[in-house]
Amino acid sequence: MIPVAFDYQRPQTLDEAVALLATRGEDATVLAGGHSLLPVMKLRMAAPELVIDIGRLAELRHLRVEGDEIAIGAATRYRDLVTSTVLAAECALLPAVAATVGDPQVRHRGTLGGAIAHGDPAGDMPAAILALDGTVVLQGPNGRRSVPVAEFYTGLFSTVREPDELVVEIRVPRTGATGWAYEKFTRRSNDWAIVAVAVATMPSGAVNVAMVNMAGTPIRATATEAALAEGKSIVDAAALAAEGTNPPADTHGTPEYRRHLAQVLTRRALQTAIA
Amino acid sequence: MKVEINVNGTATTADVEPRTLLVHYLRDNLGLKATNIGCDTTSCGACTVLLDGESVKSCTVLAAQADGLSVTTMEGLSDDGTLSHPVTAAFRQEHGLQCGFCTPGMVMAAVSLIEENPDLTEADVRSGLEGNLCRCTGYHNIVRAVLVAAGKDPDA
Ligand SMILES: Cc1cc2nc3c(=O)[nH]c(=O)nc-3n(C[C@H](O)[C@H](O)[C@H](O)COP(=O)(O)OP(=O)(O)OC[C@H]3O[C@@H](n4cnc5c(N)ncnc54)[C@H](O)[C@@H]3O)c2cc1C
Ligand code: FES
Ligand code: FES
Repeated sequence: MIPVAFDYQRPQTLDEAVALLATRGEDATVLAGGHSLLPVMKLRMAAPELVIDIGRLAELRHLRVEGDEIAIGAATRYRDLVTSTVLAAECALLPAVAATVGDPQVRHRGTLGGAIAHGDPAGDMPAAILALDGTVVLQGPNGRRSVPVAEFYTGLFSTVREPDELVVEIRVPRTGATGWAYEKFTRRSNDWAIVAVAVATMPSGAVNVAMVNMAGTPIRATATEAALAEGKSIVDAAALAAEGTNPPADTHGTPEYRRHLAQVLTRRALQTAIA
Repeated sequence: MKVEINVNGTATTADVEPRTLLVHYLRDNLGLKATNIGCDTTSCGACTVLLDGESVKSCTVLAAQADGLSVTTMEGLSDDGTLSHPVTAAFRQEHGLQCGFCTPGMVMAAVSLIEENPDLTEADVRSGLEGNLCRCTGYHNIVRAVLVAAGKDPDA
């Protein structure tokens, strides 16, 4: 399968990329790792006139501690997350989640920014960043703005990002090496999650629970979180994980099956993270 | 557009359409046919090559994305076309193939895996090859071959 013909540009700096996107935003598409975009272009479900390749911008591949937070450049690849000694000590949930994405070949190419911008409801990273109360930093012609990931997704594959904005950075708090878990339920090892649950213990002591594929966007298990805050047991709190959710139906499972999975995976994740 | 890619240690260049996939550049522009196209949907791993030393599925990489970088295909593992590379030698010794269609991708995925983790266990090999499908072998001898290539005892 061959994509529809397009023009290709690989700006050498972030400023160049932002300027190019500002003039061509409507008919241009950003290419990072290409592991969501190229399959879609090969199926001709997307046919951009211009592809702007930001995958090799060194300015977008940083990963460093900044005060209470960790700043991760959008073009940081899954493999960088998995092998990061900074993350192993400062936010060990992220490398563990990244290690479950696809297969080694996918992890060599796919980027954190691409996963966040793409907003697949079955994607692992959006829910992980949501569990961490992370922030998405966007840059457009008028400068930068930060959006809490909880406000970033508006629906299936839709975000508040404007066509002339780039995702440039993801910021997460320093949650440390412990107090987290990721339970991902798949049919085969390199599949997307049917349902997955991320648990993170925040610096405040709050326990956050986020779920993959329980809605059109990643969502928090708010009833479970409230029950934990009230001191309820893990088993009782996990039983509330699917409360108020309306998960999708597909060949992998009915909504009822997903609600059941959400409860079981939440219980397992909490038992690993905080028991 | 003009791309310049170092393939198997040799500088190559061609004028290609931006939509040219790396696997087509390798097979059609350069005539390097070891790299197979199986699924064409990033699922089977038959098209796996090394891009700057890391395994990638070349059906899902543009030649343009490899411009200025280096690529290794199975042809590049030995200078003389023999099975002298430890991974190819181990695939032969352990009968890690039947029809051979998945083999170049398996071999390149294994080279990358061993490079990243020289201390592989059987479980590491099985999960590390999760992106490569084989319809023939049932994987058992492939896993043995990768362990042998990594200097491990497959019967341990
Ligand atoms: C075989 C296979 C298995 C996979 N399995 C999983 C899995 O288990 N879990 C999972 O979560 N994902 C999985 N993925 C998807 C993978 O994680 C993608 O790499 C990721 O979702 C997108 O990242 P990318 O860098 O490849 O983005 P691209 O494909 O380059 O881009 C994706 C979209 O985001 C936009 N975009 C990218 N970067 C930016 C940016 N910085 N600013 C603005 N817009 C941007 C692009 O325009 C495009 O619309 C799988 C993919 C494959 C091929
Ligand atoms: S042909 Fe590339 S993964 Fe199957
Ligand atoms: S040997 Fe036939 S597909 Fe693997």
